[in-house]
Amino acid sequence: MPDASLKKKRPLWYNLSLLNLPLPGLVSILHRISGAALFFLLLWLLYLLDASLASAERFAALEQTLAHPLAKLVLLGLLWAYLHHVCAGVRYLFLDVHKGVDLAAARATSVAVLAVSLVATALLGGWLLW
Amino acid sequence: MSRIVVGAHYGLRGWLVQRVSAVVMTLYTILFAVAVAAAKPVDHAAWKALFAHGWMRVATLFFFVSLLLHAWVGMRDILMDYVRPTGLRLALEVAVILVLVGAAGWSVQILWRT
Repeated sequence: MPDASLKKKRPLWYNLSLLNLPLPGLVSILHRISGAALFFLLLWLLYLLDASLASAERFAALEQTLAHPLAKLVLLGLLWAYLHHVCAGVRYLFLDVHKGVDLAAARATSVAVLAVSLVATALLGGWLLW
Repeated sequence: MSRIVVGAHYGLRGWLVQRVSAVVMTLYTILFAVAVAAAKPVDHAAWKALFAHGWMRVATLFFFVSLLLHAWVGMRDILMDYVRPTGLRLALEVAVILVLVGAAGWSVQILWRT
């Protein structure tokens, strides 16, 4: 049995603030948040696909609706969510086969995931939405 | 705290399904990006023509089936982490399944509507 007195001395200080997370932790929680966001907006995205393929009239109406700044903002957010989720997911697949598990590599790939998904969102979003 | 271990493969199947479906969706994403870059579907006719190809419909179906499985594992993990009351968690899990199965059915209808 472990010493109970040692257990009592452990500090109970869990700092869960997002910005105080180490980089791999930030990638991890954003992976979860982006995945949940994609699930919650899945039906809306399916509705967009449905309408865009249904007829030329509905396609044109959709173009008008999605030209609204708020719609563009949501689409940009979803684009980031998708790109971050894929980039972070590819990183996890490499971690699964024990590639990049040491601290320096884990930090470097975390920065890469955050940077690549943000830059790709800016470029793709700028090209597709504006 | 006592734990009961219930078999050597407990949880492995979900883990594997999550990985395999992730690879399928990543490959589809690359395929889709290449197809869109090649076809440049700027209007409804070109957009519809892209999804008229048999291979595109089948590939997209693979994507949505993978999405169904992948999102189920992910949402189940999230619900197991944050929703403690068993009844509420069960209800939310059922809701997730209904949404995902409905979405998969809807995607088939969208893809194969002439």
